[in-house]
Amino acid sequence: MFEFKLPDLGEGIAEGEILKWYVEEGGEIGEDEPLMDVETDKAAVTIPSPRGGKIAAHKGKVGDIVNVGDVVVVIDDGTGEAAAVEEAAAEKTFAAPDTPEPEAVPEAVAPAAMPGVRRPVPAAPATRRLARELKVDINLVSPSGPGGRVTPEDVHRFADHGMTVPAATPEPAEHLAAKQVSTDTAFAEFAAHASATIPFLELEPMPDFSADGPVEVEALRSIRRKVARKMVTSMSLIPHVAHMDDADVTELDKFRVREKERRAGGAGGKLTLLAFVIKAITAGLKAAPAFNASLDPFREEIIYKKYYNIGFAADTGRGLVVPVVKDTNNKSIIQIADEIFEKANLARDGKLPPEDMRGGTFTITNVGPLGGTALLPTINYPEVAILGMGKVQEKPVVRNGEIVIRKILPLTLAFDHRIADGADAARFVAELVRQLSDPNLLLLET
Amino acid sequence: MVMGSLREETQVVVIGSGPGGYVAALRLADLGKDVLLIEKRERPGGTCLLEGCIPSKTLIHAVEVKETTRQAEQFGLTFKGVEFDPAKLRAWTDEVVSGLSDGIKGLLKRRDVTVIHGHARFDSPTSLSIEGGEVSGIDFEQAIIATGSSLNQLPDGIIPSVWSSADALKLPRVPDSLLVVGGGYIGLEMGLVYQGLGSEVSVVEFFPRLLMGADFDLVDIMVGQVKQRLHEIMLDSKVKSIAETDGDATGGFDVDIEVGGKIVSKHYDQVLVAIGRRPNTDDIGLEKTKVAVNEQGFIVTNEECRTAESNIFAIGDAAEGPMLAHKASREGKVAAEAIHGGEVAFDNRAIPAVVFTDPEIAWTGLTEREAEEQGIEVTIGRFPLSALGRARTLGRTDGMVKILADPAGGLVLGLGIVGPMASELIAEGTLAIEMGATLEDIMVTIHPHPTLSEAILEAAEVAAGEAVHVNPPRKVR
Repeated sequence: MFEFKLPDLGEGIAEGEILKWYVEEGGEIGEDEPLMDVETDKAAVTIPSPRGGKIAAHKGKVGDIVNVGDVVVVIDDGTGEAAAVEEAAAEKTFAAPDTPEPEAVPEAVAPAAMPGVRRPVPAAPATRRLARELKVDINLVSPSGPGGRVTPEDVHRFADHGMTVPAATPEPAEHLAAKQVSTDTAFAEFAAHASATIPFLELEPMPDFSADGPVEVEALRSIRRKVARKMVTSMSLIPHVAHMDDADVTELDKFRVREKERRAGGAGGKLTLLAFVIKAITAGLKAAPAFNASLDPFREEIIYKKYYNIGFAADTGRGLVVPVVKDTNNKSIIQIADEIFEKANLARDGKLPPEDMRGGTFTITNVGPLGGTALLPTINYPEVAILGMGKVQEKPVVRNGEIVIRKILPLTLAFDHRIADGADAARFVAELVRQLSDPNLLLLET
Repeated sequence: MVMGSLREETQVVVIGSGPGGYVAALRLADLGKDVLLIEKRERPGGTCLLEGCIPSKTLIHAVEVKETTRQAEQFGLTFKGVEFDPAKLRAWTDEVVSGLSDGIKGLLKRRDVTVIHGHARFDSPTSLSIEGGEVSGIDFEQAIIATGSSLNQLPDGIIPSVWSSADALKLPRVPDSLLVVGGGYIGLEMGLVYQGLGSEVSVVEFFPRLLMGADFDLVDIMVGQVKQRLHEIMLDSKVKSIAETDGDATGGFDVDIEVGGKIVSKHYDQVLVAIGRRPNTDDIGLEKTKVAVNEQGFIVTNEECRTAESNIFAIGDAAEGPMLAHKASREGKVAAEAIHGGEVAFDNRAIPAVVFTDPEIAWTGLTEREAEEQGIEVTIGRFPLSALGRARTLGRTDGMVKILADPAGGLVLGLGIVGPMASELIAEGTLAIEMGATLEDIMVTIHPHPTLSEAILEAAEVAAGEAVHVNPPRKVR
């Protein structure tokens, strides 16, 4: 029997939601064949089976949240009885006399965290002892030291996230009660602390809404919880200022529609306004480095990035995801358009790899196609600015003393007032508006 | 008191007072446990202290001093009339052993650990009977088996006049000619001792190489030196028969050896058999418990040194793993702390091995051969002592340091050393492996100059491709 524990999925991810089992209980699975899909607060990942054999038991059903280090599946791989089904015992289980050489023990003991990682994790003896004391399976900890060395800090971080080698399962009722108590205590502690820090702040537990009518309760998790954290962090740390303007995209749109039709089915066949905006923004960021920076309040430093990775908010049906188009200064508008199309599709399917969601330096949110004359976007912390695109509409505008009908794109730049001032933003947006007004300028100047 | 009439009760009983058992007993006492220690021999210390590491290294050192006087001739220092007084050397060795054994007695006494003499056998998982002492039996809560190992004998039966390594260590006499059966570390160490004392020494080995456990490149350098001191090294060879000449050992021994498929008959003044050891697990009543042993008789344990009988632990030579005193001591501490309820495990990544030949050989962690056999990709850095200042000043350039690292992250995986003081130098490699150190960690650590330890830094630089003290690889084209 082989007990497979949810491996460390990297980047400090502590848990995931089971989206799918590829093989039902009792079914056969081969080594490295897809085992399950798990959605984390970053993305959905497919986890391959580390062993071949029969699926003896799923340790969770679709929709359940599982922690890194939890046993998620038991595979009957033909090695001995299910002596180790009591989870905690897995490591200390007595090795049967017929197990071969002592040298082979590490492999048998190692829970095969990620496929391929079989050698014992490098860590100092004191760190290994710390892990044992904190009931952490050190093989599941993401290392931060050189040569893949696990440090005491790594072990503490792992333990603090509540990711421990599960002890013998307590009575479910008791468990829930204990959890409830700890939640209440946590709230009281937080409220006392926050109220002491912010004048007039009054925090109270949520009222019992069900007293006033029927409700449905859903756990805050995965992407939703991640978004909540990001937004509170951004709004708490960054003094937001918004600057708004209208861009006349009549000529650009004509050009876009023509080129798109001409290229239908090939490269650039999905040419969108967003691709042009990304290119124009890249040029703007080069001219105004403050909007391609980050502020480190703890070191009191501004970090100017010399690379241009533009994220775009995508509504995936399972929550907000921000795919990143990298090195936009070295890519053509057509390349950018194709990449937007491809990454948006991957994100919608939950298949966008985590590395395509990180490293952004500026974000664009384009809610226009869904409607809206103006919006106040929240900066994608720790970036400095975000551009909101409203709905492109034909509007009567005055040109040379006459009222004409033009296609107008409302734009809002929300920016970090610690790094940039209103005049900087005005110049940045004015330049953007100018470039979007004439496709020839984009050709000449970006 | 009437022999064998007394029963004792204790929390923990430790069977055997070798470097595993006595360390476990001391640790348990420090952790507040009531401990009884059972020992078959008169004195504590086990094989290591009484008939192994300690007496052999005492003799080896004496011989090395003599050998050094010979080597000193190259720098103009000539000793005349260097000779051994075997009686005095024997007494000196006894003094060293007794001093250490008394030291252990003192440590045990000051912690109120009672030592009971006799041979212990389990009656049940919580009781022992003792043969040959004042106490007849012990009831206990937990037990640690630290019964050690015994010398293997030749299959044809025992000729009492043939020496075991334990006999040879007592220095009964210095024979004119000595055949050492077994080219492992004990055979080579003892062979060199007697060569130094004046015997003409030959070695016969069943396998095609000496010191089969070590990497060949290290062994080859050692053999290059050692063969100048040995009369004959017979590899791929088997002793077919040993007989006392004319039925009397005073006339020496007639030995038939199969060398390369042919039987040759030889005569030696004395024969020493050193063909390994086996665990002492067959006569301690394990059948009365659930304790399991493997095919070779070693007790099977888990990471805590716990056997299949959950209140019984096993450590040292009696348990699986290499038969080394330092492994036993570490296991003794693990078992003691596990009994005390600590979160503890024998999770060591490297157990150093040391051979006190001249030059010495030591290795720790992964060997090159293991890497090959297990298909582990490694980067190897070798540094010859001939390029090292300190080795030159000592006139000892017969050596090399070899470091093995993970090609990806530079993690140090193994260290092998042949040369003077290899036994002392190996500790750095073991610490590096336990700490998860990388080549860079060793390279940026300042090693004192001029010392042999610099060779480890140099080998790390070679492995990392950043060595300044070796010539760069010749450019092709």
